[in-house]
Amino acid sequence: MTARLTIDGLIRRFGGVVATDNVSMDFAPGSLSAIIGPNGAGKTTFFNLITGKLKPDAGTIKLDGVDIGGRPEADIVRMGIGRAFQVASIFPRFTVEESLTAAVLSHRRQTGSMFQRFPLPAATARAKEIMDLAGLSHAAATPSRFLSHGDQKLLDIALALALEPKVLLLDEPTAGMGPDERWKMIERVQLLWRQVGMTLVFIEHDMDIVFKIAQSIRVLRYGSVLAEGTAEEIRTNQAVIDAYLGTSLEEALA
Amino acid sequence: MTARLELILGAVFAAVLIAIGLSLGDKAVIDVLMRLSIFSLLALSLNILVGYTGLVSFGHAMFFGFGAYVFGLLMQTNAISIPAAAAVTLLATCVWGAVSGALCIRLTEIYFSFLTLAFQMLLYSVIAGWVSLTGGDQGLMGGIPRPPFLGIDLAQPRQLFVLTVIVSVLSALAIRQIVQSPFGYALRMIRDNAERARFLGVPVQRYKLQAFVLSGIFGSLAGILMSLYVSGAYPNFAFWTLSGDAIIMIVLGGITVFLGPVLGAVLFQFLNDYINRITEHHGMVMGVVLLVIVLGLRKGVLDVLDEWRQSRKPRPEAAP
Repeated sequence: MTARLTIDGLIRRFGGVVATDNVSMDFAPGSLSAIIGPNGAGKTTFFNLITGKLKPDAGTIKLDGVDIGGRPEADIVRMGIGRAFQVASIFPRFTVEESLTAAVLSHRRQTGSMFQRFPLPAATARAKEIMDLAGLSHAAATPSRFLSHGDQKLLDIALALALEPKVLLLDEPTAGMGPDERWKMIERVQLLWRQVGMTLVFIEHDMDIVFKIAQSIRVLRYGSVLAEGTAEEIRTNQAVIDAYLGTSLEEALA
Repeated sequence: MTARLELILGAVFAAVLIAIGLSLGDKAVIDVLMRLSIFSLLALSLNILVGYTGLVSFGHAMFFGFGAYVFGLLMQTNAISIPAAAAVTLLATCVWGAVSGALCIRLTEIYFSFLTLAFQMLLYSVIAGWVSLTGGDQGLMGGIPRPPFLGIDLAQPRQLFVLTVIVSVLSALAIRQIVQSPFGYALRMIRDNAERARFLGVPVQRYKLQAFVLSGIFGSLAGILMSLYVSGAYPNFAFWTLSGDAIIMIVLGGITVFLGPVLGAVLFQFLNDYINRITEHHGMVMGVVLLVIVLGLRKGVLDVLDEWRQSRKPRPEAAP
């Protein structure tokens, strides 16, 4: 099967620091992958390169065989790569329903219209579907700034879903959450992935979560790929154990 | 609120204003209502940028001055009718707005504000300096001819008053339509979180420029009305203090509620007139009043009311 997203020889430097050092990886259509690595390993930089927020110094990024490296963010979004942020990036003064309706309108290229009235009924209907999917229906009329932290993260993801992305990148969906909340969040993410059927890549620090739900795992360190494989392969990979934890993962988890 | 209801309310409002002005027949009342209409339109047009797009323009009066001078100069050629001159002026405003806006919107926050101020001072310098064309400090000399068109004679103060009210109310309805359209909500997305909007595929820079030009068009229209009203144009139409007044108006009335700038324009005019009457230390008293409002309320009058209304709505329980 050909890959949905193919990254080849990607390099990005910040002054003397190589934040992304010759990274190559493939993501199969409909796969659920995790990217792990210590702080400063270049995980978020990697996402920023894929989504066009940063321009690569070298290397290619292909979505379904089309090179997207270095294109403007808005183009890449249109081509089918959505993203949610480490710190929930939302529209504070919009209600949940308004936010999603506006996102749907943007996806349908209807935001240029000055002669219609917001919201357009078709967009609202779609926004409601997404709210159901993301489990946000209970807060439809709540201004986003009043949502709980977890719901703000969910709304951020839901905004990306409104674009019907082929690839969804989640930067630490569980950042800043307590243990119980984390599991709820990640189950919700897994559910979304099953129902929508997109290619999902997420950055995560919690090893329990990563090993439980990711089909494949990539370990980044100092900007380059240290290891790649299934949960079982990563768990027993000596390089990962040495570099990432300095102790056996089983011990660390115990 | 539906568009139809707004149209009806707008028509009723215009009719009431016109009825008050014409029935009292007092020149002073008509003057006040015309000034209020014109400054309300100026404040509403600025709020497209400040309240809806999150771009604080310090140079909005440049459009007011631009409209007044271009229109006045066109009319002084005696070769063009009022509607045609107005249309040409608004087209020219589009060009000026697009050129100045294309540079301004590259910057954000205070840098944007200062660049708009710089463009305004550029225009002001041209107006004040190009004496042979504009009359310099004296303003456009000789009055602005107001030939009748379509049976309307704007040389008649009452007819000019009716037209000013109708144009202002129609413009307010048009601005309302724009900010309530999908485009208006895209502007709000940019205001709330431009980066997120960009990642949702919103063409942020293009929309900012469109908002800048639209805001300029309505500001210019206010300038045209002003030049008809005073039968002239003066450099202070394009001076930074008028931009400041427009900002004060929307801060007074509130930027989050559509009619906030209108209330602000009314409050500002009455405060101004009242203070002028009781003291010669105008700036000091006005400054104190503004400080009290800014520090005391920290918001415009309608913002505070809106917040209070929203806080009474029940919040949903925390996520299950």
